[in-house]
Amino acid sequence: MPPLTEEETKVVFEKLANYIGRNITFLIDNKEDPHVFRLQKDRVYYVSEKIAKFATSVSRQNLMSLGVCFGKFTKTGNFRLHITALSYLAQYAKYKVWIKQNGEMPFLYGNHVLKAHIGKMSDDIPEHAGVVVYSMHDIPLGFGVSAKSTTEARGLQPNSIVAFRQSDVGEYLREEDTLFS
Amino acid sequence: MPPSFEEMEARKEKKDNKRKRSASVSEKPAKKAYEPKGKKGKKQAPVVSDEEEMPADLPEVDLEELASAKKALFDDSEEEEEGDEFYDSDEEGREKPIWSDDEDIETLNVANMEALSRKLDEEEELEAEEAEEELVEGAVQPKAIVLPTAEEEEAMEGHPQDVTMTRTRMMEITKVLEDFKTLAEDGKSRTEYVNRLIKDICSYFGYTPFLAEKLFNLFSPSEAMEFFEANEISRPTTIRTNTLHSRRRDLAQTLVNRGVNLQPIGTWTKVGLQIFDSQVPVGATPEYLAGHYILQAASSFLPVMALQPQENERILDMAAAPGGKTTYISAMMKNTGCVFANDANKARTKSLIANIHRLGCRNTIVCNYDAREFPKVIGGFDRVLLDAPCSGTGVIGKDESVKVSRTEKDFIQIPHLQKQLLLSAIDSVDANSATGGIIVYSTCSVAVEENESVVEYALRKRPNVRLVDTGLAIGKEGFTSYRGKHFSPKLSLTRRYYPHTYNVDGFYVAKFKKIASSPHDVSKAGAKEKEHAARSEQDDTIINDDFAEFDADQDKELIQQTVNRNMKKRGVNPNARKADKVIKEEEAPKE
Repeated sequence: MPPLTEEETKVVFEKLANYIGRNITFLIDNKEDPHVFRLQKDRVYYVSEKIAKFATSVSRQNLMSLGVCFGKFTKTGNFRLHITALSYLAQYAKYKVWIKQNGEMPFLYGNHVLKAHIGKMSDDIPEHAGVVVYSMHDIPLGFGVSAKSTTEARGLQPNSIVAFRQSDVGEYLREEDTLFS
Repeated sequence: MPPSFEEMEARKEKKDNKRKRSASVSEKPAKKAYEPKGKKGKKQAPVVSDEEEMPADLPEVDLEELASAKKALFDDSEEEEEGDEFYDSDEEGREKPIWSDDEDIETLNVANMEALSRKLDEEEELEAEEAEEELVEGAVQPKAIVLPTAEEEEAMEGHPQDVTMTRTRMMEITKVLEDFKTLAEDGKSRTEYVNRLIKDICSYFGYTPFLAEKLFNLFSPSEAMEFFEANEISRPTTIRTNTLHSRRRDLAQTLVNRGVNLQPIGTWTKVGLQIFDSQVPVGATPEYLAGHYILQAASSFLPVMALQPQENERILDMAAAPGGKTTYISAMMKNTGCVFANDANKARTKSLIANIHRLGCRNTIVCNYDAREFPKVIGGFDRVLLDAPCSGTGVIGKDESVKVSRTEKDFIQIPHLQKQLLLSAIDSVDANSATGGIIVYSTCSVAVEENESVVEYALRKRPNVRLVDTGLAIGKEGFTSYRGKHFSPKLSLTRRYYPHTYNVDGFYVAKFKKIASSPHDVSKAGAKEKEHAARSEQDDTIINDDFAEFDADQDKELIQQTVNRNMKKRGVNPNARKADKVIKEEEAPKE
């Protein structure tokens, strides 16, 4: 269960920076409870250093998961964020989109975010930036990439896409077989 | 014939007879006995016979009266024809006015007064007699009827049975068993009743005889029936609020807005909600997916509540999947410390990981070991929860297959595994933990083999643990003796839960406190590693591999000296016969 190599760290951080920008420093500089990234098989886990130390006593093939899984490396070396990273992404998100109640279920079934469903959104979202999607009660529901900047989105048709879905909490049910092992 | 039906029939016949007797003032009891059962036939019969035999048998009775009696009988029968045929409860009541009100007053005169009053007396006497007879018979009745005869029993074999009949019989037998001394039929033993009841339970509820008997023996007969009936209905759906993300009040409010009808489970838990009905699937609401709650049986709260996890502890959940208890532990620790969630089944760790992530637990390590390996992998936990794999006799309402799939072998193998697991759990705990040193053992079974026996075994094998109070508000005490087996009186500190008493799944919770460490605690792999390290580091210590090597020449000289000394002691000069004794003396020390 090694820490990430420099190359891997770069790939992961680039991806994370899309969603949380400079807030990434909060992830790595936590003075009272330092956290670390760990690679187990092809998955990246973000976990308290103490727990990572305890996990060293578990052999590699028996260790299924520790802390929070952020995502996995694809075979081509890209990094893909998983829905399991949402709690951290939501905590430090830079750009946010809130969707109305009538848009919750369509989004949770894997659809993109439509203009008609937008309740509110951050003012300064540029085009193709990572956004975290919340319900109107501030419950994080998933994340994606903005299709249009905030200003452009204002003039869109109700049925046009504002944000492309990348991951949503519905995957806990839909993808349970593939997501966690 | 079902006893109940027979009984009913018998009663009806008796009443009919009675009526006839009172109608014709007991003039021909022999005739009555042969009367047909059917109401119509029976009612017409007395009319005919009365006309025939009147002159011979009825000197004292007024003709007019008799006629009116006949008429009354007729009327009565006509009336009955119109009415419900099976009506039998208050036929007597209807007769009475016919006699006492109408005819008596009508025909009363000086001539027949005596006869009338005698008739009345007779009638009264008869009624009293019969009432008494019925009273006595009533008490005796279950004796005669409850158990089917051998022939009936034979007839029942191989036929699909009438369920209502079986059910009635089960109730009757239960009643008898509750008060065996007074209600039991003479000459029938308790075993016969119990055997019949167990057979009926098997056919009515669909258990194997083995399991039915095992479960039946846990309770008193009436409680056992309640238990079996409770197993037929499923428990209410319950959810647990994830306190890492939400609060129960907020969650309840949100779900009510979604059209879910719910209420708190009880006063014993602050996080549970019971779902009555819902317009949306409770397992797919946005709140569910966001991890604000988890669908979890109320009984699963109990072991975690008994465990009482504290913040910043290191806790092991030995059989964690699907993660309801693990996430509850994590939530109680507010994501501090460390939770090891182990499950032996790799496929099941998927749902475990999914739930852990969905509910936002960040302090967990999920591993896939056989839990018996545990003090070897890592030991020194503050608390260990062992929700052992079990036969599932407590969750028959949830999984009907238990009724037929469990055999005697299971009740040997499963407890064996549970005993090993519990010892592993005990050995994995740090006795010197400042805050903990707690082991909680739980099963979703009600069988004594998997509960009290396992705990008793652990107490015997590990004297360094003792049972402590579970701290749970509800629950029945564990057995301290069961069918001739006596357990430690401390077992009353454990808790049992039944579907029929608390409307939770059948469950068992025992809580241990480890008071001292034992040689078993040592992580064996770790010890070996330490020894290897010690050997490689310091070669010139007492631990040397050459310890067992001997230098034969050097030894020989020393041995010779000792032999000489011994010879001197015996008063023999060793030098004198040195030459011929050498060989012998060489052999001597070897012996």
